[in-house]
Amino acid sequence: MKTVTLTMKNKPELILECNNVTPDAFAGKSLADIGRLEVYEGKFRAPLADYFEIAGEAGETAADTRIVMKGDCKRVKRIGQKMTAGEIEIEGDADMYIGGWMEGGRIHVKGNVDAFCGMAMKGGELLVDGDAGNYLGAAYRGDWRGMQGGLIRVKGNTGNDTATFINGGTIIVEGNAFIHVSTHGEGGTVVIKGDVEGRVGGQMVKGDVYVFGNIQYMLPGFKYMEDVEKEIDGTKATFAHYIGDLGERHPTSRGQTVYANLYVKA
Amino acid sequence: MGEYLIKNGFVFDPVQGINGDKSDVALKDGKIVETTALSSGATVIDASGMTVMAGGVDIHSHVAGAKVDVGRLLRPEDKLFKSPKKTGKVSRVEMGYSVPTTFKTGYDYTRMGYSFVMEAAMPPLEAPHTHEEMRDTPIIDMAAMPVYGNNWFMLEYLKNGEIENNAAYSAWLMTATKGFAIKVVNPGGTEAWGWGLNCTTIHDPVPYFDITPAEIIKGLIETNEYLRLPHSIHLHPNNLGNPGNYETTLETLRLAEGYSPKSDFGREQVLHNTHLQFHSYGGDSWGNFESKAKEVMDYVNQQKNLTIDLGCVTLDETTTMTADGPFEHHLNGLNHLKWANTDVELETAAGVVPYVYGKNVKVCDIQWAIGLEIALFAKDMMRTFLTTDHPNAGPFFRYPRIIKWLMSKQSRDELLHSFKWADRVIAATNLESIDREMTFNEIAQMTRAGPAKALGIAHMYGSLKPGMNGNVAVYNINPEHMPADPDEIEKAFLRAAYVFKDGVMVSRDGEILATPPKLALWVNAKVPENAQVRRDIYEKFRKYYSVNLENYPVRDELAPNQRVIELDITA
Ligand SMILES: [Zn+2]
Repeated sequence: MKTVTLTMKNKPELILECNNVTPDAFAGKSLADIGRLEVYEGKFRAPLADYFEIAGEAGETAADTRIVMKGDCKRVKRIGQKMTAGEIEIEGDADMYIGGWMEGGRIHVKGNVDAFCGMAMKGGELLVDGDAGNYLGAAYRGDWRGMQGGLIRVKGNTGNDTATFINGGTIIVEGNAFIHVSTHGEGGTVVIKGDVEGRVGGQMVKGDVYVFGNIQYMLPGFKYMEDVEKEIDGTKATFAHYIGDLGERHPTSRGQTVYANLYVKA
Repeated sequence: MGEYLIKNGFVFDPVQGINGDKSDVALKDGKIVETTALSSGATVIDASGMTVMAGGVDIHSHVAGAKVDVGRLLRPEDKLFKSPKKTGKVSRVEMGYSVPTTFKTGYDYTRMGYSFVMEAAMPPLEAPHTHEEMRDTPIIDMAAMPVYGNNWFMLEYLKNGEIENNAAYSAWLMTATKGFAIKVVNPGGTEAWGWGLNCTTIHDPVPYFDITPAEIIKGLIETNEYLRLPHSIHLHPNNLGNPGNYETTLETLRLAEGYSPKSDFGREQVLHNTHLQFHSYGGDSWGNFESKAKEVMDYVNQQKNLTIDLGCVTLDETTTMTADGPFEHHLNGLNHLKWANTDVELETAAGVVPYVYGKNVKVCDIQWAIGLEIALFAKDMMRTFLTTDHPNAGPFFRYPRIIKWLMSKQSRDELLHSFKWADRVIAATNLESIDREMTFNEIAQMTRAGPAKALGIAHMYGSLKPGMNGNVAVYNINPEHMPADPDEIEKAFLRAAYVFKDGVMVSRDGEILATPPKLALWVNAKVPENAQVRRDIYEKFRKYYSVNLENYPVRDELAPNQRVIELDITA
């Protein structure tokens, strides 16, 4: 695997839109061509090289290309958008939409990210060592096609509206989440290792949510069934199993009504 | 304003009986003129090897007003990754797909060579904003049809058989809303929806008003002919979208028997049935759902006083929107996506639901086939018009794709056989056995001459006769050397080589070059003074409306370029 290193040299005054920073866009290109890729600072169009020192070498294919981002990328958005393969490592913080619509490959952010990361993800892996903002792994505003595959792991906390309209894939938050988890979910798995303020699984049709900590305000649409033993992300524990959201439509499969499952660690 | 001589194209103008002859078209002072009227300074456009037609006329499309806005608000994702970057020098940012912005709507119609679009359903109360949006839709001329079929005044007048009073009210409403024609959506059924009910046959009484859809339809035909309006009533019948509904459709169409047109604008129909595809379904469930296009068209072909438009399904992700409130609720129960519902006081209602016509969903494929069959079974293309009921059955920028399917059996057969359930789709439809391929002349009838005549605007649109508005489309396709690849047909009609609007070159190869002023057409019908109707209007506004009567009409500044069609039936 070949590596291209981008080091921030001119910090943007406005937010920088870097949807062209992907292994797919870099693969097979010379450093000069990579430097000419278009980015937007607000409404102004500019070449990538205006902001970053670009070094190293890109691979022939996306799968063979690794991108390392150094310096202050706290106001850089959309890194890794729609990427299908390869790797991105962001050494500090990054802004919104990191790994949005990603289909494959791996993104590792060593700092924090803002909202909408891993949006409508189809595959691949997004790892955040710090915290994530609102709408982690959610659907685009208005869309009913949320996360469909892949893995998102956040070692810190996340905000509101995690996994809205999740249809598949896995999201693991090792810290706490605030309100709205898996709203409208119709598949997939969400694991919150810490506490959740409330509104878990509202209007959920199908799919699983595990909460290791406390849910301060349970939704009334979930009904307790029984205690079950489960091994989740390497931890074996007893969970109280609830089904819901009873206020929502539910499909039937082989004569059985399918509900969403909420497991809260006993 | 320049002069243009469009030379040596293959010209198709059904109105003049010009069928692919190599000839010249001249433009001067915004109009089509005789070539001899041009000065020596006219700009010559070499159209050799290309097809020349009058600007297109769309008889039914939802492009402006409250419903469209609800669609835009409901579907931010309709813009996601589907909005082209700003390219042209004079054009503005374009956004959206099935519910595009006003700018994208105007530009894309223009790029296809269209010059007139009828907004298909204007709730009267929402008329001011509808006009505001039409004003902001560049280049194309427009008009809007106020929705009448569930209006309380109308229900009461027709219940009592008071055609003259209903006509006086209708003329007042047409003027107040700057409307163009009498649009009827699910007559009675939308009002019944206020009670949680519907009228799925033409004999279901409307709750409280105790009138049937059949009585409403006949009463509105009589009202329309009393007023001698340019267009006939424009009907979206009851029972839309349900298996087996073709019987309701045939029963509805038979209501027009015995009526003949009374209008000085050249139309021959008394009833236009819109988006007939949605009304030509057999079977009694989605399991045995099948095409009844042949049965419906066999009847339409015999009845000279009917016109129809297709409402072709294009197998896209789109947004359904209609004043048929109960239908949208029903549709939401089928697809479980988002649903918006609006009640418009004494007048109508509306619903909006996104819809994905999946290429491998049997029912969607059958719907697709039915839309094409309606065109292919039609005997008179001057009474059969190309639409998608935009955006209900598909976005309007798929018209060129429909033209491709209609002109090339190979292209529609390839698609038909690629369906996952091809055998079942073929068994439930007639399409595979139809060999007909439309000619350029028939396409010109379906997309310009025919709809212009049916709307009563054939004195301005739909032909290249000298004196007509200077609207011309030049398509880069040679009828004498048809491309081997049918996709080239779609390409040619999607981005005309040259488009002229009122004598101005507005688009070239898809690039917008100019955005000259555009017109809003409306009908001002003068009727005998009617004190009772005047009092009824005053009373209803005082008692029930949320707005004052004085604030109701469309102010002139919302329609800065009006073309008023004046009618006087008192004379
Ligand atoms: Zn319509």
